[in-house]
Amino acid sequence: MSEPSTHYTTFSIEREYPVTLAKVYAAWSQAEAKSRWFAGPSDQWTIVKREFDFRVGGRERVVGKFKIGKVSDFNCLYWDIVPEKRIVYSYEMYVDGKRISVSQATVEFKPKGKGTLLIFTEQVVHLDGYPTPQDREQGTRGLLDRLGESLSTS
Amino acid sequence: MVQQQPARSAALDNLFHALADPTRRAMLQSLAGGQRNIGELAAPHRMSFAAASKHVRVLEAAGLVKRKIEGRAHLCRIDPSILRMAEKWIGDRRAAWEHHLDRLGEFLAEQEAETRRAEPKRRKP
Repeated sequence: MSEPSTHYTTFSIEREYPVTLAKVYAAWSQAEAKSRWFAGPSDQWTIVKREFDFRVGGRERVVGKFKIGKVSDFNCLYWDIVPEKRIVYSYEMYVDGKRISVSQATVEFKPKGKGTLLIFTEQVVHLDGYPTPQDREQGTRGLLDRLGESLSTS
Repeated sequence: MVQQQPARSAALDNLFHALADPTRRAMLQSLAGGQRNIGELAAPHRMSFAAASKHVRVLEAAGLVKRKIEGRAHLCRIDPSILRMAEKWIGDRRAAWEHHLDRLGEFLAEQEAETRRAEPKRRKP
């Protein structure tokens, strides 16, 4: 078991989809549509539990099991919803019952030509080292991250 | 959502060892600003060439630094590849989301195709 540690990161991803904004928004706001794309890698991961209560104060939960036996658990709370414009939610990720990160995510939808521009921004805090020897390298990377940061800011 | 990497125990031991020393961390910070010779690395720490060279050897063993000998000068530079490994880790959550958003794109494309196939039926009187 590693020492308690925190690592912060923020990233943003933009994607353009050649379909109407209403359709892109539906893929985020409707249970059936969201289940079609929001999942682990289909060849390595199977769904165990899915809950979807898309409203401010509502929760989403996606629990899945990897072939190698690991269980991932996405536990999400919706904070702000402006239909066809913006979704703000926070979520925790668990692996085998251990909380590995807490994030705040914002999804923005903008019309672009005949299609839609989606902007996904996440602020994440990665929590602690990793408990298994197999994960030790990832813990090491956390250490290297902080080194990288201290180098880039010095 | 979580990717496993094969453990490379010896490399990690070297890396931990190299980073565990404040002088070596200071040397890395100095090297992040550009190439330095051993004398330049030794100067702020008031240490001998031999002592500085020993620290550099530890950084080399960890893969953090490369040394080039030109005549009497030992030129050192930082090797960013191991730090890129760190960036990759930072990017893991990003990678997961890029994967999700690609799948969203595939789903939307399939949906469009289904709608197009269904449309002629709807137009029937």
